[in-house]
Formats: sequence, structure tokens, C-alpha cells
Amino acid sequence: MRHGKYPFVIGFLIAPVALYVTFVIWPYAQAFWISMTNWRGLSAPQFVGFDNYRRLLDDGAFWKAVQHHGVLLLALPLITIAIALFFAFQLNVGGKSSGGQRQGVWGAKFYRVVFFFPQVLAVAIIAVLFQMVYRPNESGLINGVLMKFGLDPVLFLVKPNLALWSIIAVLVWQAVGFYVVLFSAGMASIPGEIYEAAEMDGASKVTLFFRVTLPLLWDTLQVAWVYLGIAAFDCFAIVAVLSVDGGGPDGATTVLAMEIYRNAFVYSKYGYASAMGVALFFLTITFAALTLRLTKRESVEY
Amino acid sequence: MNPQSTLPPTPAALPPTTGDPNAAGGRGSKGPRSEVRLFAGLGHVALAVWAVIVIVPILWTFLAAFKNTSEIFSSPWTLPAELRWENFGRAWTKANIGRYFLNSVIVVSCSTFLTMLLGSMAAYVLARYKFWGNRAVYFLFVSGLAFPVFLALVPLFFVVKNLGLLDTHTGVVLVYSAYSLPFTVFFLAAFFKTLPSSVAEAGMIDGCGHTRLFFQVMMPMAKPGLISVAIFNIIGQWAQYQLPLVLLSNAKDKWVLTQGIADISVNAGYEADWSGLFAALTIAILPMIIVYAVFQRQIQAGLTSGAVK
Repeated sequence: MRHGKYPFVIGFLIAPVALYVTFVIWPYAQAFWISMTNWRGLSAPQFVGFDNYRRLLDDGAFWKAVQHHGVLLLALPLITIAIALFFAFQLNVGGKSSGGQRQGVWGAKFYRVVFFFPQVLAVAIIAVLFQMVYRPNESGLINGVLMKFGLDPVLFLVKPNLALWSIIAVLVWQAVGFYVVLFSAGMASIPGEIYEAAEMDGASKVTLFFRVTLPLLWDTLQVAWVYLGIAAFDCFAIVAVLSVDGGGPDGATTVLAMEIYRNAFVYSKYGYASAMGVALFFLTITFAALTLRLTKRESVEY
Repeated sequence: MNPQSTLPPTPAALPPTTGDPNAAGGRGSKGPRSEVRLFAGLGHVALAVWAVIVIVPILWTFLAAFKNTSEIFSSPWTLPAELRWENFGRAWTKANIGRYFLNSVIVVSCSTFLTMLLGSMAAYVLARYKFWGNRAVYFLFVSGLAFPVFLALVPLFFVVKNLGLLDTHTGVVLVYSAYSLPFTVFFLAAFFKTLPSSVAEAGMIDGCGHTRLFFQVMMPMAKPGLISVAIFNIIGQWAQYQLPLVLLSNAKDKWVLTQGIADISVNAGYEADWSGLFAALTIAILPMIIVYAVFQRQIQAGLTSGAVK
């Protein structure tokens, strides 16, 4: 591969690199600069140093959002992974073993197909769907039932201490199927002999799960945790569409993405919004680095 | 993956679960058996419950799409008294779902095509050609995976605005493609590396140029990888909400489906046209079910490909 290599290489790279630099790298680079200005979009931006960041520290909405990310960061991966692991184990190892061949429970294929489906839907669509499910009167899916039984309706999205959890429930609803499939792939690659050997020694299903499946699945779990953590730092579509007036009631469900959007495109505080963006970036990076560091352990080869 | 290599010592070191002499055989013993049955029974119930939790809200939406407002309020759990197809007509034309749907199809097909073309070109060159700056360009692309889109949102808006592409589909297509490149390049570069070089060399000896080699030999060989990434991109771009919200805010006739549905849900509150909203939701969800039913295997493989790699 000699003749005319460079013209070819350049010809193939120029368009993708140009597009990528214009719309991705260049905006990212600018964001750091804009975050140090008081730009409101009209006059030229003025350099104000770390003023925006200092104001962030006193901003109640910012801290509320950070706090919600903290809750999301713990709850979303924990709940999703726990449910998905349980189901994946059922679907792959839960059934009878015949001739050393591990089998899932009856109907495993059906369950896998159904569970995964919400992953295909757009979050914004799901948010509208659950607006209907959560509606506070007889027309809601859940409250319709409760009120039939003469119970009081639950104000899922209006009660400040319930709203965030109602949103987390929807995120879990969507995510579980994806991780069931992901963990199933991981479990399928664990050789059947290991289970067989363990069963010979009298290991129960519960023991199998905790002492064979879980350790051998560690790498996949780590990936899942990072993915869900990164998802916990976004949440814009779900909060913007599902919650009461974008992050409400009274900021009870707001997230950084929501605050960035509001500050930039409602209040035109571009400098301030960019400072929030930079804060979000450092939070995300710190999380990813910490997770990979803390969960690092010798992976078991098999 | 070598089954003969070391194992965690746990399974072999387990104590027998019961005092029963048969316990060592595992299957003959009473304790584990009943435990197994209980565990499997519980598991079955849990699986069925979750399937219901997934299916019921969607099914309920489909049913409500045929009801009228008073039925939605008085009997949310019963079948509609009659099939009111006019709800769909209203959603399709008056609420512009047809328009939004078409916009989504246009935007996503253009941007996925562009993403795949540019992404595979870059990935191919980066994976299979040695040249000065190769690693730098590769890491430039891959670093994009680490940045949240929200960091760039403000400057991106002005970049698009200054190019005169605000409120145009062209702008959205270019932005979608640009933001899909990191994963596409990352995934496809790894894929192109695994392809055998003997075929490429044979092609070169036969006087095949670099460009023809790529389009006629390497692209067909990379088909499985290309399909996975394409599915990943189609579903990701179809679901986009924040980017069109920012980039198309003032051109309602250009809106994509996610934006449109979210907007209808706001307006449904004012106009109390709940059945129209349910119909709109149905129109948005039903095609996904059909596509998913047909390409279920490929979609699962495509979406999880990023994590398995």
C-alpha cells in the first residue's frame, strides 16, 4: 500500500474531521472560555474570571441539581442492576439443568424480548406516556385503579418528596431490559462446567448466583455501573417532559442539564450556563474515573 | 476464555448444605430441592409481573387512543365502546404528527447515512493506514465519548446560528452526525482492524485503488459491524430531544417526533384533547413495536454492542 497513500488518507479524513471539529471540538473548547465571561448574547463577552463559578456556589438551584444527581447516581444503578441481575439469572440459569446444559426458565426468550422493548422508545415519548400513567385523577393508569377502590389518588409528580422517585421509577422501567440482555450475554459466556462442578458440590441456586455468577460477571457489572452513572448525569429529556414545569415542583426534580438549558435559552445567561456545563463535565469525569478506580479488582479468567 | 484455567476457590470449598448423606450429590437432597423450587417459583412470578409492568402502560395507551375524553375519565380500564379512528385523524393532521413523523424520518435517514459514510471512512483510514498523526486524530475522535453534550450546548447553538443553519434540517443532520462520530469511529476502527489483510493485499495486486478497495472490498466485509453501528445510531438519533429542541425551536414545521409529542402533551392539557394525545402516542410507539418485532435480534445486538466491546 504505497502508491498515493497520503492523498487518499487526507481525502478520507478531511470531511469527517472538519465536521467533527466544527460541531464538537470547537464548541467544547469555546465552552470553557464562555464560562469565564458574562456573555448575555447581545454585546461582546467580557472576561470575568471565576465569577460565574463563585456564583454557582451560592446558587440554590445548582446545589439542588447536584444533590439530585447524587440520589440518581446511587439509586438508578443500584435498583436497575439488582433487578436486571435477578432477571438475567432467572432467564439463563434459573431453570432445570439437563445433561450439564444450563437452561433458563420457561418463556425466557419471550421475557427477554418484552423487557428490552422500552429501550427502543425515545425517552421523551416515554415521559409523555408516564405523564398519562401518573395523572392525578381518574384518567391516570395508577390513580384510576386506586380511586376505583375508594383510595385517595397519589400525586406522583406534584409531591416534592415523591416526584424524583417517580422519575427514577420510569428510568428503571426503561433501563432494566437493556441490562438483562447485557448480563445475559455475560452469563452465557460462563462455561457450564463451572455451574455443574458447583452443583456437584451441593451448591444451591442462591449460592451459585453469589459465588459463581456474580464474581465472573464483574467486568460487565462495572460497565453497567459506568453507563447508568453517565445516564444519571443527563436525564434532561425525562425531567424536561415529565416533571411539573421542568424540574419542579419547586426544583424538586431539577438536574444540571435542565438548569443549563433554562439559564441559556430562557434567561440568556450564556456565561453562567457554560460554567454549569463545565461543572457537569468535571462531575462526570470524576465519577467515571472514581468508579473505574474503586471497582478495580483482579478479573477472574475462565 | 479457557475453561481449564483458574477458578475462584469458592464452589469447591462449599460445605454440604444438609446433614443428609446424599447431600454431596446435590440433586438427591431435600433442602436444596425445595429451595430451588421456591426460588424458581418466586423468579417466575417476578418475571411475569415485570412483563405486565412493561406491557400494560403501552397497551393501555393503545386502548385509550380509541376512547373519547369522558370514557378516559370514567372507565380508564375498560375497552373503548367503539373504535374512534377519528382520534388518529385528528392527531395526524391537526396536531401535525404526520409532519413530525416525516421530519424525523428525513432527519434520521440523512444523518445516519452521513454518520456511517464519514464514520467508516475515518475509521478505516485510522485502523489500517500508518501515517503521521494517526493516533492524534484517533484520540481526538474518541475523546468525544467522554464529554457530555450539555457542556457544548451554548457554543454549539451559536456555531449553528453563525453558519445560518439554525431552524434547518441540514443543521440538525450535521450536528447529529458530528456527535455520532466518536462512538462510530471507535467501534468501526476496532472492527476494521480485525478484518484480514490478505484480501486487501490481493485487491491491491490486482490494481485496485485505495478508494475502490474501500467501497468494493472492505465495506462489504465489514457489513456485520456496520449494521450494528447503524442500528445504534438510528435509535439514538431517533430518540434525540435536547438537540432539536435547541436547534429547531423557532421552526415548528421542522420539528421532529419527540419534540412534537412533548408539545402536544402540553397542549392537550389546555385543550383537554386527551384521546388525541393517546392517539399521537400510539402513532409514535406502534411503528417502533413493528420494527422491533422484525429486527429484534439485530437491535439487541446493535444497542448492546457498545457495552460488550
